Amino acid sequence: MEFISEPWPWYVAGPAITFILFLMFYFGRSFGVSTNLETFCTIGGAGKFSDYFKTDWKARKWSLIFVVGIILGGVISSEFLMPSQAIDLNPETVKELAELGFANAGNEYLPSEIFNTDNLLSLKGIGILLVAGLCIGFGTRYAGGCTSGHAITGLSSLQLPSLVAVIGFFAGGLLMVWFLFPLIF
Amino acid sequence: MKNGKFLIIGILFGIILSKSEVVSWYRIYEMFKFQSFHMYGVIGSAVGVGVILMQLFKRGIIKDFQGNPINVKPKKKGFIRTFVGGSIFGLGWALAGACPGPIFVLIGHGAVTILIVLLGAILGAFIFGLLSKKLPS
Repeated sequence: MEFISEPWPWYVAGPAITFILFLMFYFGRSFGVSTNLETFCTIGGAGKFSDYFKTDWKARKWSLIFVVGIILGGVISSEFLMPSQAIDLNPETVKELAELGFANAGNEYLPSEIFNTDNLLSLKGIGILLVAGLCIGFGTRYAGGCTSGHAITGLSSLQLPSLVAVIGFFAGGLLMVWFLFPLIF
Repeated sequence: MKNGKFLIIGILFGIILSKSEVVSWYRIYEMFKFQSFHMYGVIGSAVGVGVILMQLFKRGIIKDFQGNPINVKPKKKGFIRTFVGGSIFGLGWALAGACPGPIFVLIGHGAVTILIVLLGAILGAFIFGLLSKKLPS
């Protein structure tokens, strides 16, 4: 039962993610999530604006179904497999976040300072969520993959473009957390 | 249904990302602050096992379910594309504390505001599509 109630350590999670990668390739597909963002654009009629989106989205049905599964996995987890949302953080992290204005760091998966629904009522609150999304969507498609496509699949198959992309992921992430967070929060 | 297996694989992936706390904003923050080993362990061990798996694919020791060899598509090359695109993604990953997979997991958790992040991400992909021919690779 502990396996259900307790969070999984990294050495369970990492190989388990690779098992997902294995299943996707075993069934003749690839492992990646961010291409679906383009598929949504295509379904929404983006082909009218750019030939880039004139693709046959039906050929990517398997990936859309994979995404539906991911959402369901989230539902099942939050309903049945996560008795606690508390995260065991480094006290240093909690202290730093408190100084940035994040109270109760680690009590839940997401900080209410960013994800509370009240934030939808303020320009800054909604702006943070929207800009973060814009960067994720634009960046992953420009780079040609996200954490699953580049960091996991690409690095595992020893591809140089993926190494450069992952270095980029960290360049952006470090810039955000070390230099921009104090300006934003 | 032919694609039903991908639903099951997705569910497993969603559970793994939830149970390992990878979908938590805090886990991404502490990773970029070098204050915890957790995310490095997750990604590092996934890649470590992945390298072995890819070799087994490449040498034809593991074949796909139809007995065909498994080929991994090469990623598009280009330093600017991967580095600049990667950096822009990194900014968003750190700010939202979620990459594309976890965005969908968090929707499943019932986090309403993550829908705005998803909306932004779809818009971002749309903007990329419009500009794709003009951007340096």
